[in-house]
Amino acid sequence: MSWLDRKTLWLNGVLLIGLIVTMLLSLAVGKVWVMPSAWLGDDLSALIIMELRVPRTILGAAIGAALGMAGATMQGYLRNPLADPGVFGVSASSALGAVTSLYFGFAMTAWLLPVFALIGAGIGMALLTLLAGRSGSLILFTLAGVILSSLAGSLTSLMISLAPTPFATTEIVTWLMGALTDRSWDDVKLAVPIIAIGMLFLIATGRSLDALTLGEDAARSMGVNILHLQWFAVIGVGLTVGASVAAAGIIGFVGLIVPHLVRPFAGHRPSAVLLPSALAGALLLVGADSAVRILPSVSELRLGIAMSLLGAPFFMALLFKMRRELN
Amino acid sequence: MSLAFENISLTLRNRKILDDVSGLFKRGRVTVILGANGAGKSSLLSCLAGLRQPQTGRITVDDRSIHEMEGKERGRLIGLLPQRPDIHWNIDVKTVVGLGRLPHSGRWGMNAADHEAVARAMETTDCTGLAERKVLRLSGGELGRVLLGRVLAGEPQWLLADEPLASLDPAHQFDVLDKLKNYAAAGNGVVIVLHDLTQAARCADDIMIMKDGAILAAGSRDDVIVPDIMAQAYGVEVQISTSDNGEPLVVPVRRLR
Repeated sequence: MSWLDRKTLWLNGVLLIGLIVTMLLSLAVGKVWVMPSAWLGDDLSALIIMELRVPRTILGAAIGAALGMAGATMQGYLRNPLADPGVFGVSASSALGAVTSLYFGFAMTAWLLPVFALIGAGIGMALLTLLAGRSGSLILFTLAGVILSSLAGSLTSLMISLAPTPFATTEIVTWLMGALTDRSWDDVKLAVPIIAIGMLFLIATGRSLDALTLGEDAARSMGVNILHLQWFAVIGVGLTVGASVAAAGIIGFVGLIVPHLVRPFAGHRPSAVLLPSALAGALLLVGADSAVRILPSVSELRLGIAMSLLGAPFFMALLFKMRRELN
Repeated sequence: MSLAFENISLTLRNRKILDDVSGLFKRGRVTVILGANGAGKSSLLSCLAGLRQPQTGRITVDDRSIHEMEGKERGRLIGLLPQRPDIHWNIDVKTVVGLGRLPHSGRWGMNAADHEAVARAMETTDCTGLAERKVLRLSGGELGRVLLGRVLAGEPQWLLADEPLASLDPAHQFDVLDKLKNYAAAGNGVVIVLHDLTQAARCADDIMIMKDGAILAAGSRDDVIVPDIMAQAYGVEVQISTSDNGEPLVVPVRRLR
């Protein structure tokens, strides 16, 4: 299997062990520390673990994996190390869907917000393929993504500015920041299967992404169907990112940072970067979500903000590294 | 045992790129396509590789239309060495050459036969010693060999190379052309687009000259590389002679007005 390379087995193994440890740690940490001995009892501590922390940790891992793999696929498909899942505009349209439900107060019914977000993602994917056409052209596709992203972003801003009540405005703005706070098993049941299906589509792009390393002409001459690849990437990114936004709002930078971090260890081959990106994304998000829970702040720091705060120094380090190389 | 194209026409953005061209290439021979910039050489090659679908005409390998073949089957039959090296990730040389097996390998990756074909291609192109090197750290000559190795790893019956000598020094040009000649001598068909007239005359069994999207002349090297045809194709006067070791020399000496 091209995406499960022998060379990257050790990397995947290390990341998997790291992820398991971080997930176990994530169950213990929070405003209330719960030691493993109390996880399976009948008291309040066990309730906190089973009803709050386990679903939150699973959701964090699933969303981190989804965003990491979607980012790796996007970077491979666009052959650009600075591409992220947001380029397709799917996360923006998914957020618009969720914001619409908040705007009209539908979110009072708990399951309606994620459903609206998924509908938003679906409409975004449909518009994207409609705008990009059937040529498989990378430029048309990127441009369609930019149009979609910009349109959904401006409509979201419009909804915020026209929100019927200050409460709705606050709710929308807070939701957009992205968080895993108070997520339940219902969110896990909705998001995880969709993310899993999306990831299967993303993994299926691996060999075509490898061929694209040599450019589009070489890839096509080796039998790669560029249009099929585009469809698989759109569906995979749409499902993974759409379900992630539906469950946790917009959490940026994971899809951008993680493939960057694992690429040198995975040997730069796009298909070999997919699985480590998923594992590292899950590790990063679960770790960051544990950290925001124990930071001494009045209210919990939003996960989306924490990831953005991580993003700036990461790119600063990248910039300095590139400047050194240029000199 | 032939790659044939009949009445191929290709129009892009209202401009006729190929105008009802027909021809036939034979296996076991090196055919060089010559012509001025914009004559339609690369477009013809990309049609033959199945990258572009001409508006009219038919392209066949041993009487089977290439457009009726599935992409991977066509990839196994026809290998393309594109014009510019276009590598986006710094993968190692062995992985690049291994990509040439994509049309052969199944869902579960490469099998023993694939690994053997990659090893053979690396040996043929003198890349074995470069196996672990990162591709973006190679010199132009090394990269040229690796990219040729990638196509040879696919063991296609037909190898189409679009200006494979671009950015290579003379020694590496000889190396690449010798490898292509050997590949044809092993019973495969080799079609090369070239700009260097002397190298073309040196390596070609057959030559096809294109002008304004049509075929100006086609035939054996001695029939086609003559001053009159060169003047029509390029608008230059050429001197044709023979070097000390008996190889042809075709030197443009001035532009004709």
